[in-house]
Amino acid sequence: MNSPALLELKGIEKRYGTRGGGSVAALLSRVGRRAVADEVHAVREVDLSVRPGEVVGLVGESGCGKSSLGRIAAGIARPSAGEIHFRGANVDSLDRAGRRAYGLGVQMVFQNPYASLNPRIRVGDAIGEAARVHGLVAKADLGDHVAQLMRKVGLDPAYAGRLPHQFSGGQRQRIVIARALSVQPTLLVCDEAVAALDVSVQAQVLNLFMSLRDEMKLGYLFISHNLAVVERMADRVLIMYLGRIVESAPARDLFLRPSHPYTRALLNEVPSLDGGTRVYIPIKGELPSPMNPPTGCAFHPRCPQAMPVCSRESPALVEIAKGHRRACHLDAA
Amino acid sequence: MSATDRQHEAVLSVRGLKTWFATREGTVRSVDGVDLDLAKGEILGLVGESGSGKSVTGFSIMGLVDKPGRVVEGQIFLGASDLLAQSPEQLRSLRGRKLALIFQDPMMTLNPVLSVGTQMVEAVTAHEKVSKKEARARALQSLVRVGIPAPEKRLDAYPHELSGGMRQRVSIAIALLHQPEVIIADEPTTALDVTIQGQILYEIRRLCRESSTALLWITHDLAVVAGLADRVAVMYAGRIVESAPTRALIERPRHPYTAGLIGAVPRIGQAHGERLTQIPGSSPNPLEVRTGCAFAPRCSRAQEKCRSAEPEVTSPSPGVSWRCWFPLEQTA
Repeated sequence: MNSPALLELKGIEKRYGTRGGGSVAALLSRVGRRAVADEVHAVREVDLSVRPGEVVGLVGESGCGKSSLGRIAAGIARPSAGEIHFRGANVDSLDRAGRRAYGLGVQMVFQNPYASLNPRIRVGDAIGEAARVHGLVAKADLGDHVAQLMRKVGLDPAYAGRLPHQFSGGQRQRIVIARALSVQPTLLVCDEAVAALDVSVQAQVLNLFMSLRDEMKLGYLFISHNLAVVERMADRVLIMYLGRIVESAPARDLFLRPSHPYTRALLNEVPSLDGGTRVYIPIKGELPSPMNPPTGCAFHPRCPQAMPVCSRESPALVEIAKGHRRACHLDAA
Repeated sequence: MSATDRQHEAVLSVRGLKTWFATREGTVRSVDGVDLDLAKGEILGLVGESGSGKSVTGFSIMGLVDKPGRVVEGQIFLGASDLLAQSPEQLRSLRGRKLALIFQDPMMTLNPVLSVGTQMVEAVTAHEKVSKKEARARALQSLVRVGIPAPEKRLDAYPHELSGGMRQRVSIAIALLHQPEVIIADEPTTALDVTIQGQILYEIRRLCRESSTALLWITHDLAVVAGLADRVAVMYAGRIVESAPTRALIERPRHPYTAGLIGAVPRIGQAHGERLTQIPGSSPNPLEVRTGCAFAPRCSRAQEKCRSAEPEVTSPSPGVSWRCWFPLEQTA
């Protein structure tokens, strides 16, 4: 695949200030001094690209910055530094029309379909609203447009007049997907989009994602903590730890030849149907606080193979095989 | 083996349990005839999707079903005593001592305004006449057992000062305080990250093995119990539709619903991009009064008989059973 990237993020940083001492800071600024702000550095030096029709999986534990990165990719959060290119153009230099094309072209599906729908808006209206507002369909065709979208995601168009509470969780997630598709996006950012669903419903929604990709050449940034789900969906996988990408590779490579000790540990932890009662060799400890990250490689306090250098120097993300990048001081195997 | 024999062997034995909820729309039969046995030291995985009645089963055993819910029928034996025949006082003395519960959300167990030590000491002295000092020593010992680093410091910590994984460890430590005969764990790792889940699964299995505690592990995730449980019972619409030793159940499911669930779980190492087997439709409306098998509308093998008559339990050997008129053939 040599097609140009649909969406490209370069050197993305995201910092959140914690405003614990707001009044203190205000007082200090009045006397001409600045308080040392506590801040969370949620995303560090991340590069990421998604090509048309490509599924990029983004995996990490809670607090690793994957959702922040997803929101930045979808344009609903601003990065603290870095550039976003949509179809080759920097989104900061886009004109009004270009900005709108980016806004509509990248849509987001969230984890909780209960929180994503207004309980008082009929689902047909929810699905059709954006297309109507943006003038993508003529008013007379709106009903057909909505019906077509509902059929596409496996819902009966006869239910367009119902309210969200009349649907199950899986059906609501389909409604949210139909709504995202209504503005003909080219990229869906799915943030734990199947995590809240029962397994049998999860399978239905994953299958839906895969057929939409085939039919509409949709690209995905698929954020999940579930490696098995990501393996099924993704062409390329990025593993994130405490704000940084620690490994990225084509999905096959990553699962066959995981290289970063964190990736290996994650793969080891995934509960699996196979192999009988397992011997768990859990990795030690917990994700450190992003407010006070460890020095050097952020994973070193939990790493079974940590060396002295790991606590001093942060390893760079370098290519260890074709398309396979890793940030680790160990010799590449 | 007759039912009475098994009751003597089992530390926990549930017979014909029915827990219904009277709602304005009608009666919800959340648990509608559940039988299960838990032997000493056995780990049983109770698997089902939301609304299948798995949690209500656990709550019924604990005697924690609140109005409008009510256990309308059945027996729950802990050893020789029928829990449903106990007075509230007797039940209270059993709960926490012989029977412990771990919730999905540790904040259901932990009081946010008391330090960990205070609530653990309370849990000890509620059942045993010991000095505060001794109770504190017991609490400390329990924290050590579940692998909490710097346990002495944690005793003085408040729940909000601990991470989610640590809080769950504390609630497990509380469950273990009195070395209960049975622990009921309701999705205790669902809200945790995989690495922390791995740690807790490992710890809990070790602890149960060490002390021969029987464990009923309630979860929606078949993959979690695959690596943990000795035996698995699958619940659908208020009933156990299949039960078997873990490997046998996963490798040779007899009930089409079990087979569907197994097919729906994405597994690492399977073909990328391939569609998952999906069970069509969704769980039945619990308010509907059904005739026949509850799974029939979603089942590819369903025939006329399935829609008209409720399948009976087939149990070729103890601990193995299914409720299906047309079970899948045993291959290999």
